Amino acid sequence: MVELNNIDDAGCPSNLAPPEKSVSGANPDAFVRHKGGLSELDLAVYGAKCSGCIAKIEGGIKTLPGVETVRLNLSTGKLYIAWRGGLSPQEITEKISSLGYRSVPYDPSAAEKENDAYGRKLIRSLAVAGFATANIMLLSVAVWASTNGEMGQATRDFMHLVSAIIAIPAALYAGQVFFSSAWRALKAGGANMDVPISLAVLLALGFSLFEALHHGTEAYFDAAVMLLFFLLIGRWLDHKLRNKARTAARDLLALQAVTANRIEADGSIHSMVTKDIKVGDKLLLSPGDRVPVNGEIFEGISEMDTALVTGESAPILRQVGDTLEAGIVNLSKPLKMVAMATVDESLIAELARMVEAGQQVKSRYVRIADKAAQAYVPIVHTLSLLTFLGWFFVAEAGMRVSLMNAIAVLIITCPCALGLATPAVQIVATGRLFKDGILVKTGDALERLSHITKIIFDKTGTLTLGKLKLQNKADIPQDILQKAACLARTSHHPIARAIVEEMGGGPVSKETTEIPGAGMQGFVEGELVKIGHADFVAVDKADTANDKVSTWVKIGDQPPVALFFEDTLRQEAGATIEKFKQHHIKSLILSGDRPAPVQKIAQKVGISEFYAQLTPQEKIDLLEQARAAGDKIAMVGDGLNDTPVLALADVSLSPGSAADAAQSAADFVFQGNSLKPVWTAWQISRKAQSHIKQNFMFAALYNVIAAPMAMAGMVTPLIAALAMSGSSLIVTLNALRLSQRGKEEL
Amino acid sequence: MINMLLLIPVALLLGGLGIGAFMWTLHSNQYDDLDGAAHRILLDDDLEEMGDDR
Repeated sequence: MVELNNIDDAGCPSNLAPPEKSVSGANPDAFVRHKGGLSELDLAVYGAKCSGCIAKIEGGIKTLPGVETVRLNLSTGKLYIAWRGGLSPQEITEKISSLGYRSVPYDPSAAEKENDAYGRKLIRSLAVAGFATANIMLLSVAVWASTNGEMGQATRDFMHLVSAIIAIPAALYAGQVFFSSAWRALKAGGANMDVPISLAVLLALGFSLFEALHHGTEAYFDAAVMLLFFLLIGRWLDHKLRNKARTAARDLLALQAVTANRIEADGSIHSMVTKDIKVGDKLLLSPGDRVPVNGEIFEGISEMDTALVTGESAPILRQVGDTLEAGIVNLSKPLKMVAMATVDESLIAELARMVEAGQQVKSRYVRIADKAAQAYVPIVHTLSLLTFLGWFFVAEAGMRVSLMNAIAVLIITCPCALGLATPAVQIVATGRLFKDGILVKTGDALERLSHITKIIFDKTGTLTLGKLKLQNKADIPQDILQKAACLARTSHHPIARAIVEEMGGGPVSKETTEIPGAGMQGFVEGELVKIGHADFVAVDKADTANDKVSTWVKIGDQPPVALFFEDTLRQEAGATIEKFKQHHIKSLILSGDRPAPVQKIAQKVGISEFYAQLTPQEKIDLLEQARAAGDKIAMVGDGLNDTPVLALADVSLSPGSAADAAQSAADFVFQGNSLKPVWTAWQISRKAQSHIKQNFMFAALYNVIAAPMAMAGMVTPLIAALAMSGSSLIVTLNALRLSQRGKEEL
Repeated sequence: MINMLLLIPVALLLGGLGIGAFMWTLHSNQYDDLDGAAHRILLDDDLEEMGDDR
């Protein structure tokens, strides 16, 4: 692992993302693929945000010997490298971390491209339908324009036949998505929205072909393909929204394939994939490593960061004989541990199962569009059948006219506006939130967020930044801090990181040693510098402050100086909770931390209901209690211990600094140091929901007017085309209104 | 009438070329990294290859 010597130079040159702490943990050896003489490796890179990042990473890796291809995908953060010769993959990951980015090996087979075959089919169908619509419309407009028989019969027949030649293959190709879905539904003995769509398209094509061949005046070729075109736009937007969530889940699985270092019987150290760890294996944990499986320490002593697992804010000392839970991070010294469980039996796997269970709960949510579709199908079929029977038996208009009017009903009531109503709004809302640094993973998450009645917050890392901050910088002489920072730069300890955060990059101390649970010492400019607990630095116990996390610094023979640290609140935490209160949405805190810090934070942000020292299971129990009382719950959390609650809550949000598992379980991920995005997301979701409802109301109104006209036989192909494109356009424009910033109170 | 017989196939041909080009871009993965494409245009790595060291 390469230490960063100059923090200012690391990471994204545009400062769009902070340099990543170079947490090691994954050995890329196991992920290299060999093809002939060519070696290939895929890595997920964190923190690449701008063109400078592309130049830096691609340029940096190209300088390594033998590298042939480097390609960074900025949208997905995936880096592909191909090289010849003996370059070791560690050299590549070390190069990336020396540039200030964190990288994790990534198994592309776990995220196969073929998974988006459906998306590609949709977009190809969309292109074909668009092409056919435009060209047939060209011909149809000519037919419609000749109202008084200016166009001869031969010309009209010719136009219709050319339309047929374009429309029939195009519709058969572009409509496959609907036909196969409708066929599956029919075979299963049910009917979905695709049944009337398929019926309308096929009947319209068949009838129009018959008309064209028998010198008829009215053909619906344009309507049939235009219908497919609009519906495919809706389908594609919807697919895009859903695919995002699936990609996120797949990425988590691929990233979990991290490696561990096993100590062999002969004492040599061997890298292996964590899922191959067996009970009894001896593992080496370097500082910065995450514990891969539950186990026990048999050699060494070190401080562990358990914040992501338990929510505890202060590091905890662990030594020989102590157990280690999977997911906690080693901070100070190398440790040797014995595996007591396999990955499948460890905490993380347990969490993954809970996440899966949560997704099943969420999939039971019935979207407003599904509700509309359930009502829609029987109504349309009944109306269409009634039209046919009415014209055939009551009006005795004959087979041709009766059939034509029935088809007109099917076409005009076809759910173009209905199909666009939800995805158009949700994609605009998602884009809008993205600009505010909020990533939405599923479209229906917006729907679920708009209904909430209660918000559960985690404390460490969610209400607070989960990072210690030096509180008394002004009282401490600058040179003392400078020297302390020289020591701190060599350590992963949160207090050391907090000092570096204040002081920035610079020189490093010599002969530095870290004593877990006590402090660290080293030489700066020939003087012995000590940072640590009161007894380590030799201070009277009486002087130590009780509440704040305090550390002492002693330089040479000078009297020691106290540094105070505190976990800082996220910006606007209090204001955000207050705003929700005004809208009658109650907030509460569920934390794994000790009661004293939880109470303090609760008072600061004005939350009266809080629970401390909870296990993940107790958090779930409290969630279920609230839900049993009829509340719709949003969970905001960042730790592994929050992950099951994030998965089980009605909707969940997590900050960008959260654990990978938590981010993948959450519906929303927000960036930055403020809590305001939670409020913004809620506001936008409410607006989106009201726009969706407006759209449905419009679609319903449209059908109330258009359906009777079609039943009365007043709809010509021209009117059908105008009505369909007009209604789709209005729904889309209404969705676009959401992208305007401004009026809402943000 | 002759105009029409000429223009309709021309219109279809041009449209067909358009859709063919689109299918090709789709097939050659040109939509996989839209964010990256927007940023790559800012890089001047091509200047070195052309021997222009401005």
